Amino acid sequence: MRPFLSVLAALALMALAFWAYRENYTTQAALREVSALNQEIVGLRESLNLQRAEWAYLNRPDRLRDLAVLNFDRLGLLPMEPEQFGRVDQVAFPPPPPLLPADLNPVDIAAAIEGDPL
Amino acid sequence: MTRTPLRPLARILSAREKGENPDHIEAENKRLRAEASRDRQRGRAEGRLLILGFAFFVGFAVVGLRMGDLAASVPEEPRSFASGAQISAARADITDRKGRLLATNLSTHALYAHPKQMIDPPRVARELAALFPEMKPEDLERRFTDGRSFLWLRRKLSPEQMQAVHEIGDPGLLFGPRDMRLYPNGTLGAHILGGSSFGAEGVHSAEVIGTAGIERAMDARLRDPALASQPLALSIDLSVQTAMREVLDAGMVMMNAKGAAGILMDVRTGEVLSLVSLPDFDPNDRPNPLVKGDPADSPLFNRAVQGVYELGSTFKIFATAQALELGLVNPDTMVDANAPMRWGKHTINEFQRKNYGPKLSVTDVIVKSSNVGTARLALQIGAERQQSFLRRLGFFAPTSLELSEAPGARPLIPARWPEIVTITTSYGHGMSASPMHLATAYAAIANKGVMVQPTLLRREGTVEGVRVMSERTAQASVEMLRKVVTEGTASYAEVPGYAIAGKTGTADKPKRTGGYYKDKVINTFASIFPAEDPRYVLIVTLDEPVDTSGPEPRRTAGWTAVPVAAEVVRRVAPLLGVRPQIETLVPDAVSARRN
Repeated sequence: MRPFLSVLAALALMALAFWAYRENYTTQAALREVSALNQEIVGLRESLNLQRAEWAYLNRPDRLRDLAVLNFDRLGLLPMEPEQFGRVDQVAFPPPPPLLPADLNPVDIAAAIEGDPL
Repeated sequence: MTRTPLRPLARILSAREKGENPDHIEAENKRLRAEASRDRQRGRAEGRLLILGFAFFVGFAVVGLRMGDLAASVPEEPRSFASGAQISAARADITDRKGRLLATNLSTHALYAHPKQMIDPPRVARELAALFPEMKPEDLERRFTDGRSFLWLRRKLSPEQMQAVHEIGDPGLLFGPRDMRLYPNGTLGAHILGGSSFGAEGVHSAEVIGTAGIERAMDARLRDPALASQPLALSIDLSVQTAMREVLDAGMVMMNAKGAAGILMDVRTGEVLSLVSLPDFDPNDRPNPLVKGDPADSPLFNRAVQGVYELGSTFKIFATAQALELGLVNPDTMVDANAPMRWGKHTINEFQRKNYGPKLSVTDVIVKSSNVGTARLALQIGAERQQSFLRRLGFFAPTSLELSEAPGARPLIPARWPEIVTITTSYGHGMSASPMHLATAYAAIANKGVMVQPTLLRREGTVEGVRVMSERTAQASVEMLRKVVTEGTASYAEVPGYAIAGKTGTADKPKRTGGYYKDKVINTFASIFPAEDPRYVLIVTLDEPVDTSGPEPRRTAGWTAVPVAAEVVRRVAPLLGVRPQIETLVPDAVSARRN
């Protein structure tokens, strides 16, 4: 019984040593990964900050105004003015929608239904 | 172990034979036994002490070795904790009230040199001078070779410049990381933001400190590491600020003014939505202050906060409001307004020596801006009550605005307060205050008589204020101010859709040598809108304006500051979401027919 227990203990010791050895290296690898990730976070945060600064710089009101003036032909943007406000009852009701779309004839519709995989 | 008996029979018998006392033998044996037991216990105790001593030794040795290790090793950040703590920029960002960026940090690099590690100083000097126009090759070469071992070359490098320096390829040229403060909007809000510069500088980092404006006033908050990730939200609205600056700039050019200032304030919260002072500067490249001459000529001078001016007739509403509050008059009471008025050796005249008298109602005193009428009211109020009212409105102390310039802008108050000062103060001469003071006081009238301290920081929720006049007085004052626009001196302030109430003010500029200039004025228009339910106060001040559109130059506020202010309201009110009163608009033919 006793030799058997000794052998068992020796085996357990070896197993534990192997486990500790592996744990040690996994931990070190995890630590390295954490520090690499941290550095990546710092870098990303820095570039995010840079992007935000650039966004703010490119969207500065002076530049937007100049761009609006340059592209007035296409965009027709003007400063907001009181005349642009309106009352709800100044807006005309939209015309009632036709029952069937006028530009489709029934054959097309039938064909469309037939061709429908459903 | 064999136990020796206390009385061994053989020894006792032999002792008895010799006639000795056998008890001695027993005593002797007892002693031996006690000694043996004592030795055993001592041994055990010594063993225990030894073990304990060893344990302590090991404990102390571990602590000592760890301390030695910590002291001798290079400090290292704990790597195993996930960094929930932010590794963020040293200085917090500044944003406007809607979160748009006003100031942020940018990582750049500083360039320094270790001349002793330099391989070819003349070549480095030549190539650096070719890159940076401010450096001179012979100058650099002299400094590289005079035996020093460290030298700063440039505080900020753009990435392209850094690459170019890399390409010189000399080991004596080194880079240190730098956080640079960036103001992406340029001149917009320059006087609010102020500027920043480097404080203590090291190779690995440099602290960024605010040099003026809110950067300096809120320096501790901006540098607080715990709050570094939360941007400081100002009360400023960027789009409103843009519109205001644009209009003021155009107005300044059109009215040939040398400076302009504008303040837009929310009367309920005291938040300053826009604060413009022209001419302005770029906080990214803050100019140096003037060493001589008038500081007001520098673009750094903040006319809205630092500019302490006699604000002229805009003060009259305070005299009438107080007279109403004290129950001395009501808006329809007739007061003596017969000009010129003599007081001792002084003569008080109206504008252009007119005479609005002999009697004017209190409302008309404001509408026609009668100096004499206001003076009579002020005399009825008396010096002491006048002073205490103006003090409650904040005219005797610097404003509490979060700008480093604000505490220095102390209003100029006459040392003595004889009756002639009471008279002149009532129409805004003899004492000076900044446009910011005026905005705060007008905000009290607009906010139903409750005064709220102005602020540049975004406020949330309702704000407690101090009541300085009754709601009825405030209401009546706003109505009077509205009549100034509809019938009086500020007729150009009629903006279709918005009811503006306001008061003009024209004051001659004092000479530095004493006395007043004849043709240099400060024009102010203090306005409240929308008049039916006041939300905002707008102050527009023009420095030395002159309107040359007519046959002769006109320098009254009604011709200069008022049209500018009206344009500001027209542009800014829609941005603030103030709906125009649509009744004033005629629906156009198309929509009328459709309906």
